[in-house]
Amino acid sequence: MRWYIGRRILQVIPVFLGATLLLYALVFLRPGDPVLALGGERGLPESVQEQIRAEFHLDQPFLVQYLLYLKGIFTFDLGVTFTGREVSEVIAQALPVTFQLALMALAIEAVFGIGFGLVAGMRKGGLFDSGVLVLSLLLIAVPTFVVGFVLQIVVGVNLGWLPVTAGRDPDFVSLLMPATVLAATSFAYVLRLTRTSVQENLSADFVRTARAKGLSRSQVTGKHVLRNSLIPVVTFLGADLGQLMSGAIVTEGIFNIHGVGGTLFDAITRGESVTVVALTTVLVLVYIVANLVVDLLYAALDPRIRYA
Amino acid sequence: MPDTPVPTGVARTAPRPGQEHVAQPLDDGDLGAVDAVVTTSAPVGFWREAWRGMRRRPLFWASAVLIATALLVAAFPGLFTSIDPRTCALSDALDAPRAGHPFGFDRQGCDIYSRTIHGARASVTVALLTTGLVVVVGTLTGAVAGYVGGLADTVLARLTDIFFAIPLVLAAIVIMSLASERTALTVALVLASFGWPPIARIARGTVMSVKNNEFVTAARSLGMGRGGILFRHVLPNSAAPIIVYATVALGTFIVAEATLSFLGIGLPPSTVSWGGDISQAQGAIRTDPEILLYPAGALALTVLGFVMMGDVVRDALDPKARTR
Repeated sequence: MRWYIGRRILQVIPVFLGATLLLYALVFLRPGDPVLALGGERGLPESVQEQIRAEFHLDQPFLVQYLLYLKGIFTFDLGVTFTGREVSEVIAQALPVTFQLALMALAIEAVFGIGFGLVAGMRKGGLFDSGVLVLSLLLIAVPTFVVGFVLQIVVGVNLGWLPVTAGRDPDFVSLLMPATVLAATSFAYVLRLTRTSVQENLSADFVRTARAKGLSRSQVTGKHVLRNSLIPVVTFLGADLGQLMSGAIVTEGIFNIHGVGGTLFDAITRGESVTVVALTTVLVLVYIVANLVVDLLYAALDPRIRYA
Repeated sequence: MPDTPVPTGVARTAPRPGQEHVAQPLDDGDLGAVDAVVTTSAPVGFWREAWRGMRRRPLFWASAVLIATALLVAAFPGLFTSIDPRTCALSDALDAPRAGHPFGFDRQGCDIYSRTIHGARASVTVALLTTGLVVVVGTLTGAVAGYVGGLADTVLARLTDIFFAIPLVLAAIVIMSLASERTALTVALVLASFGWPPIARIARGTVMSVKNNEFVTAARSLGMGRGGILFRHVLPNSAAPIIVYATVALGTFIVAEATLSFLGIGLPPSTVSWGGDISQAQGAIRTDPEILLYPAGALALTVLGFVMMGDVVRDALDPKARTR
């Protein structure tokens, strides 16, 4: 077990370095000069340009810039934006909202996806199963932003049940609709995954044994079918947290939430590489850590995985 | 032996019938006659059997019709409308449907029906290109990693992890913002460059299980080279899960393209596309929801076709699902 944990944590290092290098290179390769853009039409004096370039290490070769940036991450010094704000401050402002949104979406898709998937899987071919399957197909086929518009109009404007937009410092209730929209597509995948997995496990030998030794229906379902069916589902959920946080950009746009998505988008259009790289690094880190936690949880729960 | 039929309830206690007739009567025919027997049912291959299973399902035909329609509309939009999607008169803006314009007009006074028809090409082109690229890159990476193993596997698996760790939308936003020219090809390249890792993982897993089969050992002992074995024997036998994933992925790439166009970093506004039109409809959605409905509906139906086809193909190609 200790060997597995060590190996799994070591695997994270090249992935983190590779992903940040890749993103850094992409941002670095951007055409156009951000310092010139900063000056606008009248331009900046040569000396000021030089100073800004030196301050942001823009005069250094690519690899040096990357290493300086890595050093910054490990010393929690992410640099300042062109307007002089600390990048860490920008992140601290944008991240909590998006994180809350993503976690709420994750909870929604986990509860409803697993619940619906379990019932559908237990009654394969039934009315509920078919209905839920059609719903999941529709949710996959209709883009998130269309679901967002429709909910916004129907639930927010026509019925008036939930706030139409979230705005700055949103509370739980105003994030409810955005989180539902964000969860919609993943909910469909969780549902389908649970359904298939439950169906497969229902005909497994250990379920037959459990039934044969006289366990009650609920015990067989809860202890044997559901628990074993959750393995692929939880893997999906772990990987999905990262996707939700970066996918939130669309939802945040529709519901006017000032989170990571909007901040990132603005930073990209302004060519503010420091902010872009820092935010994307945070998103990648969330993704890597979520996956690592899921993997380690499994190794603890299921011996088959750590010996494989 | 008692002549009375044995009631099923007491079958266990009754003497077993017919013990003395177990031996087959001797077959006097010679071996030539055995060889001459024509078996009426030819041996059915994996793909043919899958096809037989598939074509019996109504869902297959429903999704086939959706996909065929989408492809036809994308290839020959002129067959369905003669109105130019870019010729718009502001005096027609938001007008109700009238003769020759069944869906009415959007905010720019463009014919919605014509734009919905012409929008198909952008989505379908991007999705086909992306899927093609993703299948080639993903399969090659995964197959080499799984087949060669060792150091190559370690390096390629980590490379896959790196690309996997960067969410598709995030990467697309970063890259598209620095693309100088935004065409269907650039959008496809961006989506593909971060969309291949799932296929690589699938291919690696399948190849690793297929390469231990007897027919691979047989081919190797017949002196076939490693490359030959990989392409002639291992890959064709690993194709099924990749095909299933690719079919569903085709649908999801259509959604991804629309999302990028919606964010304003996909295809440029001059290209008629569903994503762009949905994005355009945003401003008038409360008063005229039908502007949103038509492009979104067309997009959803096309994606639905591919996703349902993926389901049907999965059921047909997965022997485990078939026996159940």
